[in-house]
Amino acid sequence: MSEYKGVLICGETLEDKLAVITTELLGIGRKLADELGQELSAVLIGSEIPKEVAQECIYFGADKVYVIDNPLFKDYLTDSYTAALEKLVGEVKPDILLLGQTAMGRDLAPRLAYRLDTGVTLDCVELAIDPDTKLMLQTKPVYGGNAHAAYVCETKPQVATVRAKTMSPLERDESRRGEVTPFDAGIEPAAIRGKLVERVKEEVVGIKLEDADVVVCGGRGIGGPEGFKQLEELAQLLKGAVGATRPPCDNEWVPAHYQIGLTGKLVAPTLYIGVALSGSSQHLAGMSGSKNIVAINKDPEANIFTVAHYGVVGDYKKVLPAFIEKCKELLAG
Amino acid sequence: MNLIVCVKQIIDPETPAAAFKIDPEAKRAIPPKDRPMVISDYDEVAVEAALRIKEAKGGKITILSLGAPSATEVIKHCLAMGADEGILLSDPLFVEEDRSLTAYALAMAIKKIGEFDLILCGRQEGDWDAGQVGLGIAEILGIPSASPVKKIEVKDGTALVERVVSDGHEVIEIPLPALVAVSSELGVPRYPTMKGIMTAAKKKVSTWTAQEIGADPDRLGAAKVRMLKLFIPVREARCEFVEAETPEEAGASLALKLREAKLV
Repeated sequence: MSEYKGVLICGETLEDKLAVITTELLGIGRKLADELGQELSAVLIGSEIPKEVAQECIYFGADKVYVIDNPLFKDYLTDSYTAALEKLVGEVKPDILLLGQTAMGRDLAPRLAYRLDTGVTLDCVELAIDPDTKLMLQTKPVYGGNAHAAYVCETKPQVATVRAKTMSPLERDESRRGEVTPFDAGIEPAAIRGKLVERVKEEVVGIKLEDADVVVCGGRGIGGPEGFKQLEELAQLLKGAVGATRPPCDNEWVPAHYQIGLTGKLVAPTLYIGVALSGSSQHLAGMSGSKNIVAINKDPEANIFTVAHYGVVGDYKKVLPAFIEKCKELLAG
Repeated sequence: MNLIVCVKQIIDPETPAAAFKIDPEAKRAIPPKDRPMVISDYDEVAVEAALRIKEAKGGKITILSLGAPSATEVIKHCLAMGADEGILLSDPLFVEEDRSLTAYALAMAIKKIGEFDLILCGRQEGDWDAGQVGLGIAEILGIPSASPVKKIEVKDGTALVERVVSDGHEVIEIPLPALVAVSSELGVPRYPTMKGIMTAAKKKVSTWTAQEIGADPDRLGAAKVRMLKLFIPVREARCEFVEAETPEEAGASLALKLREAKLV
């Protein structure tokens, strides 16, 4: 067991920059590594990864960065990335391996863990080192967020994915020193069974939901596509974006990518306004990190009020127009 | 096309938070008395996906579920939707704590079934939200996988799937046999028809034990992951309610409050 040492995080880039989730992984990774008195390393897998990005990993806390750079890794594919990471983990033998709970991480982490014959916990919101056993305590939401469960993994490496926006990055510090090492994963193209045919980007009008500072979200109680027009108006007024809970998406009142929740988008805006939605655990899992939560709902017992800072009990059809009018007036004046 | 769909019986995820109770000792949720157990919602979408493929290409759909004997009800629900056969894996040796053991048991059962072109499952279970059983099955069987998927088209020994990513989707082609884990964006599952329910009532669901699928009892007992505790996170009630005579006044007064807090 003792041959497994250190924390390894699997980073991601976004448009040739370090993805925010990677800085968050480095933040928690540094903390865990320090508690264990061990090294933190990072790995970047891709094609033509800019040198600066590897350096950024060091500025955000890594002692060592492995760069697996090959045209074969231009796009994420389950087989190629699993094989590359399997090879690296075989050499580095980390005690802990962390990935982001992203399109890549949620697919890669389980496949890799099963291949390495070790355990994996996805979507962790809290990670800590048990002072006695030195094992990583992995806490994640279960039952759609109604409860949390804490797990330990007794095989090595301990693999986990981390939910976005739950861990804090370190301050970027250019005085941090570390080593960047290229790593040859030696992948055979024939071993890659999947093929990326096309990447289709959704049309986003205005601000992206995940980046918006104000999010206006509608639920089942909106009643149909018509009602969402009012939410769009409010979002435009407050320079925000519109989201929805699952029922409006399932009923096709709004496109599926509007969905905020456990299996939709994760948002943590400065201002979140939830309209005619009950606040299922599934939904809360995607927005409870919002800094200021406003809820408008007919039912005073609605679960959303348990997380809201400001609440209005009433029919949104009556409350919202008056709210929008007053906001217009305030913003104009 | 031989299609296998893995489904799970769970407590109703629509259970309101106020009615949701756990047994911290047993480390599991207590099913509310007034709400029957249901099929995990993403798994139901997987059944819908299988039915669409069967409609387009023909074939046979086998439903596979690991759980208590009561999970037969969930299998019957899938048969009523239009699936052809159902198999329940039930044995005291099957434990829930480590999801990799569930994946192992399901993979062993699939080996026993033998021929298959495509295995379908939900992207994650609605109770433990582990999100690893499907991909684990694929890894154990050594077949390619795609997850989470919102559209599947099968042709000439391959599956063309749309994989959901944060800013849209990727179209990926994987050779069959393969495993595809589906997401809710695929569409709303159909309701069973009266005829379907009657046909399903006549069908027999087979039950297989650990021994019958050739699962190694030592492996089933060797959990890698242990749950230390299950708890309900504490939320502070801190909501400031806007009081007003009419809903219109409440709306205006909310705007003023948010202005005061410099949020608007």
